[in-house]
Amino acid sequence: MAGPGGGSSDVQWCFSQVKGAMDDDVAEADIISTVEFNHSGELLATGDKGGRVVIFQQEPESKNQPQCRGEYNVYSTFQSHEPEFDYLKSLEIEEKINKIRWLPQKNAAQFLLSTNDKTIKLWKISERDKRPEGYNLKEEDGRYRDPNTVTTLRVPVFRPMDLMVEASPRRVFANAHTYHINSISVNSDHETYLSADDLRINLWHLEITDRSFNIVDIKPANMEELTEVITAAEFHPYQCNTFVYSSSKGTIRLCDMRASALCDTHAKMFEEPEDPNNRSFFSEIISSISDVKFSHSGRYMMTRDYLSVKIWDLNMETRPVETYQVHEYLRSKLCSLYENDCIFDKFECCWNGNDSVVMTGSYNNFFRMFDRGYRHDVTFEASRENSKPRSVLKPRKVSTGGKRKKDEISVDSLDFNKKILHTAWHPLDNIIAVATTNNLYIFQDKVN
Amino acid sequence: MSATTAMEVNIEAKRILAVSISKLYASRTQRGGLRLHRSLLLSLVMRSARDIYHASRECEAPSEAQSAPEEPMDTGSSPEEASRQPEPQLATSGAETCSDSEEPASDAEEYDCEIAEDKENLSPARQSRKRRGKASAAPDFLPSKRARLEPGEERHAAPLGSCRAGAGDSLTTLSLNRVIPAF
Repeated sequence: MAGPGGGSSDVQWCFSQVKGAMDDDVAEADIISTVEFNHSGELLATGDKGGRVVIFQQEPESKNQPQCRGEYNVYSTFQSHEPEFDYLKSLEIEEKINKIRWLPQKNAAQFLLSTNDKTIKLWKISERDKRPEGYNLKEEDGRYRDPNTVTTLRVPVFRPMDLMVEASPRRVFANAHTYHINSISVNSDHETYLSADDLRINLWHLEITDRSFNIVDIKPANMEELTEVITAAEFHPYQCNTFVYSSSKGTIRLCDMRASALCDTHAKMFEEPEDPNNRSFFSEIISSISDVKFSHSGRYMMTRDYLSVKIWDLNMETRPVETYQVHEYLRSKLCSLYENDCIFDKFECCWNGNDSVVMTGSYNNFFRMFDRGYRHDVTFEASRENSKPRSVLKPRKVSTGGKRKKDEISVDSLDFNKKILHTAWHPLDNIIAVATTNNLYIFQDKVN
Repeated sequence: MSATTAMEVNIEAKRILAVSISKLYASRTQRGGLRLHRSLLLSLVMRSARDIYHASRECEAPSEAQSAPEEPMDTGSSPEEASRQPEPQLATSGAETCSDSEEPASDAEEYDCEIAEDKENLSPARQSRKRRGKASAAPDFLPSKRARLEPGEERHAAPLGSCRAGAGDSLTTLSLNRVIPAF
């Protein structure tokens, strides 16, 4: 199994699978709201607006076709969250799954955290492939035998059964957030995790549900003075005392939990001065960071704002080390994007396994990959038309100038209802999961 | 800035303000309740639009700079008065926006929130202290009554025409400051 080598230059991406309903009429509950591979990449979890979690498992590579990596098939489906009603505030709490994060595997079972706006749940997903048979006192269907008929002693034995995957909620972490939860992140100590809402970040222990520590609180004494909110937060991949949180003002703060119990004072603040040429009504909206992700190495972090992806070196706070324009052609369309609400879309971003390539979504079911080494970027489309098995994806191009070349698409023809907000990259291989509104596309690199 | 460009910007700013207010209303009925982040971004856009609107009006009507700088100030501490003297243009533009913005202001009025600021700068008609619903019921971080005047100062009823920059702002101040305290 080769690691993702030189990046997108030598990689040819091929369609592998698509999951989800084929019809154009999208049921709102089926809208995918989060996608996440587990630490081995064997499992792929999706959450949707209806509060369900669907987990796909990669089939082991078959000996017949060693070139093909295993397909992902449904492993488990369960209802994680239900709609709730807050009677005090007369507010409905949506069941939409905002984030899923896997815990590192410790035993045969898998654990994941899933969250909606207010409540985080720890789910245990376990397999059952044998069951005890031959009870002394019970019939096979479970009814107790008449004691008079019991004349021998036998010990039950385990016999194989059809595989059953069970998901059970092991912990419910509730009532800790006044505002809407936007992020959860498991600590590298594998014991704690953080949850972030618009104004506060809480630290939990995975075993303890009735209390959490508040580690960041940016709520002003007077809410009229509110100028920024927290938009994303993540723990460092291996420094268990370090986490970052991004804000709606385009800043990222790195905090060290050793410094104090309440990390309102940041250890580092990453901010790039605004380009005065680009000022507009909407400058503040488009500078709001929608996602922040540490690199696997822990040396860099990536942020996504409306038009760009920025890579920051943790050692340099003054500006990012790399900036990639995702869809700069939208800068002149911000007013229309404001009117149709697209300007509020929160795109996520992700790293590949060796941090050489980053990926993020765009409109018209386009997604973009930026190769950091080769300085090469590519745009692909996730669509049913390109869905022949193992067909190689053709790079797409948006024409920005007056003259539109063949095969290019003009900015005005882009479908802004087809957006890719959530993408995930397999931690070890060149396999990516890309979520359109209600479908999940899986692409792989062409092997040999 | 030429007159036409200023007017275009003016119209654009007003349009954006109107779009923003309608978005604010729409977000009230969204499932899951008001989203703080979205509301904050909307209020920032409205603030930008308001600032640009005022700036463009200032350019558009420099000859109308015959405000009433001697208008009684409700919170009439002298430093404040002195600082407002150099801005007669804004005061007048404020007067005009006041009448223009009557409609959106009254729409904003129906918005289920308490007025937290500038109570005394509003006309009596607007100074409704009626609580308008559960959603606005006394968030604990907002004082329901605030002593805005220095001891010994009188509270003047602000006549409708005597808009200063503050009142011109009051349209959007109203909306902006209602957005956040809604939480």
